[in-house]
Amino acid sequence: MALAGGAVAIGGRPILRGIDLTVPAGQFLALLGPNGSGKSTLVRAVTGLLPLTAGRLALFGTPYDDFAQWHRIGFVPQRSGATGGVPATVREVVSSGRVTRRRLLRPLSAADRRAVDEALEVVGLTDRARTGVSQLSGGQQQRVLIARALAGEPELLVLDEPTAGVDLPNQQALAAALRVLKERGATIVLVAHELGPLDPLIDRAVVMRDGRIAYDGPLRSHADGAHGHHHPDGRRHDHVPHVGSPFDSLGGHS
Amino acid sequence: MTLWELFGLPFMQRALVAALLTGLAAPAIGTFLVQRRLALLGDGIGHVAVTGVALGLLTGTSPTWTAVGVAVLGAVAMEVIRERGHTNGDVALALLFYGGLAGGVLITGIAGQGAATLQAYLFGSLNSISQADVWFTLGLTVVVLVVTLGLLPQLFAVSSDPEFARVAGLRVRAYNLLVAVLAAVTVTVAMRTVGLLLVSALMVVPVATSQQLARSFRATLLGAMLVGTLAATGGLVISAVLSFRASVQPGPTIVLLALAMFASTWPIGVWLRRRQRLLTPFPEVTVVPHTTTAEHPHAHGPDCGHPAVPHGDHVDYVHGGHRHAMHGEHYDEH
Repeated sequence: MALAGGAVAIGGRPILRGIDLTVPAGQFLALLGPNGSGKSTLVRAVTGLLPLTAGRLALFGTPYDDFAQWHRIGFVPQRSGATGGVPATVREVVSSGRVTRRRLLRPLSAADRRAVDEALEVVGLTDRARTGVSQLSGGQQQRVLIARALAGEPELLVLDEPTAGVDLPNQQALAAALRVLKERGATIVLVAHELGPLDPLIDRAVVMRDGRIAYDGPLRSHADGAHGHHHPDGRRHDHVPHVGSPFDSLGGHS
Repeated sequence: MTLWELFGLPFMQRALVAALLTGLAAPAIGTFLVQRRLALLGDGIGHVAVTGVALGLLTGTSPTWTAVGVAVLGAVAMEVIRERGHTNGDVALALLFYGGLAGGVLITGIAGQGAATLQAYLFGSLNSISQADVWFTLGLTVVVLVVTLGLLPQLFAVSSDPEFARVAGLRVRAYNLLVAVLAAVTVTVAMRTVGLLLVSALMVVPVATSQQLARSFRATLLGAMLVGTLAATGGLVISAVLSFRASVQPGPTIVLLALAMFASTWPIGVWLRRRQRLLTPFPEVTVVPHTTTAEHPHAHGPDCGHPAVPHGDHVDYVHGGHRHAMHGEHYDEH
């Protein structure tokens, strides 16, 4: 995945400017930064959910406009989307991740079932497959959404704040699932406030501040054993408004 | 005339077939509307279609076809307004509701038709169903069932999480428009049996009934179709039986029967959900303080009547708000 000179504006207001980010295959990248720094906007831009106002985006070496191999990407949105107005079982939600690979009007094939079983096993929810999603705790719902993305057997996994509001045991289960993927050679891009148990998995950290990249390199606590956060810049420079709701209604960013 | 002779009449048979088909198709499309939390979309389309009916009366063309056209336009407009999201979705829907209804009543007046003509479309009228209408309903039902059951995985993905579906490469807007257009056509076809103002009840109430008992999306969908079919045909038969004594219209009877089915499954659903929540295993926690119960009146067991809930390697008996676990000769508070 490569983004050169990327810029995104929501409702005419520039949010991201001058983003150059290339993620080589097999890397585990963490996007960090405070609320309103543009982390979620950036992942929504690289998955095509928000249009770029400038710059070029290429996925797997293909320019975005020509890209059609969507089954190679797995997206885990923020948790709000896990339940709808009609009950659905864990297995049904995870199976819907296979739509990237299924042909129209065909029943679920044996390969589809195997992929769904395996995805459930990776996130440790095999025994809850027949439970309704709305009965699960927040952390388990987050794991369901990850399993849904995994069911499509993606090479690039993009996760938007999977650890937000998730307790430690669920974070550990999540880290275990991501470790399995990393060992299989998947490329992972993850947005987070806090890394917790994910810490040892991170190859590279990108810190966003005010819509720009403020730091790009290895996680510092790795290299020198210091405390687990970064000080990219001493100045406070937040001219992103702190009122979130007008932006939320325009397509969301946090 | 006996009841048997009544059902021998061709118009009654046509009505039965039309009701059966509507009862199948409306909940099938309604499930996706409920999933997207757009339960009232069908009602909005119904109101907009009133203008379509009035246009048909004014121009002297078939009101069914003008209603289909206007309803499809209205559904597409709602979908576009909702997707753009700049206006509050609720308010946008309300504007269309009232515009459609007011336009319909106004144009009917201009056309020189009284409220009675419009009423046949607002609340359904069985003896106006023609042979062609039945064939049209059949064709539509087949299309709705092929699309909703055939494209179930895609439609489920789109309606439960549009962002995920878009990154998965699905054309979310096309699928949403497909559902909206099918809903519009279903509404206008069903106006002959239950009427425009009540048709969306047949899209929503069976789904609400079905999800009282179902846990999965597929079971809800199929259950809703079953409930819809039973309510539509049952309501028609009941209204025919009662019409010997008073003028009972089929449309409201169908809707009230569906609501009665909801009302009767609701307590069962409450009980099932409560039971399931009660028997969900307690999470295992490693550090537990050891508290024994006071003198215990009886021995817990399979027959003691207290729910036995799995908790790690043993079971806890839920007893008066406490969790009692067997520990040697006494019970522990867990």
